[in-house]
Amino acid sequence: MKRILIEQGRVIDPAHSIDRTGPVYVADGKILALFEKPNGFEPDSVIDASGQIVCPGFIDISTRLRQPGQSHKATFQTETKAAAAGGITTLILQPDTRPVIDTPAITELVKELAENSNYRQILPIGALTQNLEGQELSSMLALKEAGCIAVGNGGRPISNLLVLRRAMEYAASHDLLLIYRPNEHSLSNEGCAHEGAFATRYGLPGIPETAETIALSQCLELAELTGCRVHFGQLSCRRSVIKIQQAQKYGLSVSADIAAHQLHLTENDMKPFDSAYHVLPPLRSEQDKLFLRKALTQGTIGTLCSDHQPHDLDAKLGAFPETEPGISALETLLPLMLKLVDEKLITLSQGIAALTQTPAKVLRLESGTLTPGKSADICIFDPGRRWQVDHSTWYSKGINTPYWGETLTGRVSATLQSGKIIFQGVFHD
Amino acid sequence: MSHNLQLNPEGKLKHFLTIDGLDKALLTEILDTAESFAEMSGHHVKKVPLLRGKTIVNLFFENSTRTRTTFELAAKRLSADVISMNIATSATSKGESLLDTIRNLEAMFVDMFVVRHGTSGAAHFIAEHTAPHISVINAGDGRHSHPTQAMLDMFTIRQFKPNFSTLRVAIIGDILHSRVARSQILALNTLGAAEVRVIAPKTLLPAHVETLGVTVCHNLTEGLKDIDVIIMLRLQKERMTSALLPSESEYFKCFGLTPEKLEIAKPDAIVMHPGPINRGVEIDTRVADGPQSVILRQVSNGIAIRMAVMSMAMQTQGAA
Repeated sequence: MKRILIEQGRVIDPAHSIDRTGPVYVADGKILALFEKPNGFEPDSVIDASGQIVCPGFIDISTRLRQPGQSHKATFQTETKAAAAGGITTLILQPDTRPVIDTPAITELVKELAENSNYRQILPIGALTQNLEGQELSSMLALKEAGCIAVGNGGRPISNLLVLRRAMEYAASHDLLLIYRPNEHSLSNEGCAHEGAFATRYGLPGIPETAETIALSQCLELAELTGCRVHFGQLSCRRSVIKIQQAQKYGLSVSADIAAHQLHLTENDMKPFDSAYHVLPPLRSEQDKLFLRKALTQGTIGTLCSDHQPHDLDAKLGAFPETEPGISALETLLPLMLKLVDEKLITLSQGIAALTQTPAKVLRLESGTLTPGKSADICIFDPGRRWQVDHSTWYSKGINTPYWGETLTGRVSATLQSGKIIFQGVFHD
Repeated sequence: MSHNLQLNPEGKLKHFLTIDGLDKALLTEILDTAESFAEMSGHHVKKVPLLRGKTIVNLFFENSTRTRTTFELAAKRLSADVISMNIATSATSKGESLLDTIRNLEAMFVDMFVVRHGTSGAAHFIAEHTAPHISVINAGDGRHSHPTQAMLDMFTIRQFKPNFSTLRVAIIGDILHSRVARSQILALNTLGAAEVRVIAPKTLLPAHVETLGVTVCHNLTEGLKDIDVIIMLRLQKERMTSALLPSESEYFKCFGLTPEKLEIAKPDAIVMHPGPINRGVEIDTRVADGPQSVILRQVSNGIAIRMAVMSMAMQTQGAA
């Protein structure tokens, strides 16, 4: 296999507290050495990373590639290209595909789709309950053996708490991580926007914070009862942050992530009836955003994700409440992280950790770091490069992003997955 | 999407989708224009040739008698050709089919759509996607907006109380689900009313309702003090089955407008209701038919306001 020399880049690996400029040596799909040239190393190719950051490839803990079942929205082919262009080398798939990832057979199908896309690390989350209906347990052990990295609810409600308790007990028995997006359906009540001033003004059915925090509280209680490891997905509000803080202080082993857009956009940024802003959980208030930011700064919540949900044009064409929620976000993940660095909220190393080291730890993955002898998953990006979000720069099949047409800062120049270059940007200055 | 989707580059009305983003001058222009039409129809039913040769389609995805009829009459008095379509919708209807409906009608050389739809934002969506020469008038979308109703209410208020700046207006009832209330609040605030007060139990008020520029009261007896204009809202039956209210009788006891309650307001207060009224639920028959009620005046004024809005929006098309 190819030997690659990445030279003159600023190497940042938060897991090893590395931040220095120097070469990275890659051979046979693995990282051979950092900074010190191994004896007799002759590269087949050289990547000039001067002025750029060299860091572990990103791990995106919540994505949807729409296959199986909705290939009119996106495919593994299109979305893995978008992921590579976003510097992401590991994709964690939500189980709410059609059919749902609730059997080993569907898990196999997902793995096959992944192999055909020439993108290695696509790790599905298995459904916690059959068909995500919240009624009967899925065959979690079989799902784990088939390759599911965790079990989850895919954002669907589990209204019967006895079912949730037993599912968590069962998951804990097999040392499975539960990835849970809290959502109390009866309180969301078909809402489509944050229950705040914007929804009130425009007559949109609102979703209160309580829809999230009540489900979160219930799951936290059950985490203590059952001993299940829980990671909470896409938290969106102030009181969720407080509850996670309290649980951690109390000694519960819980973690959480935030979708990157929640740290930048609020209900105040929404353009009236523009379906690009229709997303669940909804864009919350300014105060919620500030608390989420604080949670990231203080480390209460350590993981950032894209919560990528690509859509076809028709899905977003209609009166706001009738459109489908979700943002296509793989390619904006890095620029949105860098924006937090630019706003002095976190350091660059912290931002990279939120996309690498922390999710790796949650998922117990070996990746997320640049360790000699381990798989060479590397992202090389230019933190100052400005680019416009449009058809000429965009890879995802879904163009449903509120950032469409805007200029963002920070662009991946090359992505290596298992030592293979899966993306190389061509820039015209 | 910006609010000035409704305005052409000269700041004139192109679509009429919401009160939001329109200034006092424009609202006053609508009222003044309506006044000239009202004087005219006061004589005999007289047609004006303002919209001769124009085709208007009333597109009603939700049932309505009063609104549709007054829009039809308004169009006919302006000499336009008008057809009304009642399009039953299912809960699963998608934007694509809405768009397809619009596209098909466009192909029949329509000049204006009057749209009523059960989903907030539907009229905006149509205005954004329809051919540039077509005007869209919102006849009510979801909980969002019902701007012609709000303007006919302003018109009625002005006939009895010409000076908005001294007025205290109470809007009573189901604010949460009411597009009429949202539009009235915006219009009253734009026209400079001294106070807009909403009176309802918490279950019928949207979150952060005070951000709309209203004072909030949960008690009718307290809330009616010093009020010049009382606007009652219709209470839908399904509010009882969705646990928003215990019963009609309890609602009437707390929030129903009776002659006794009416006495708390200013002696010359007027009573309004966008209709259709539920006698004995939100309003006592003696009040609805009493001397302070201007409910039927609102209905007649509906025609003049709709004539005004239609003719103003068509004027920006240049050919009227």
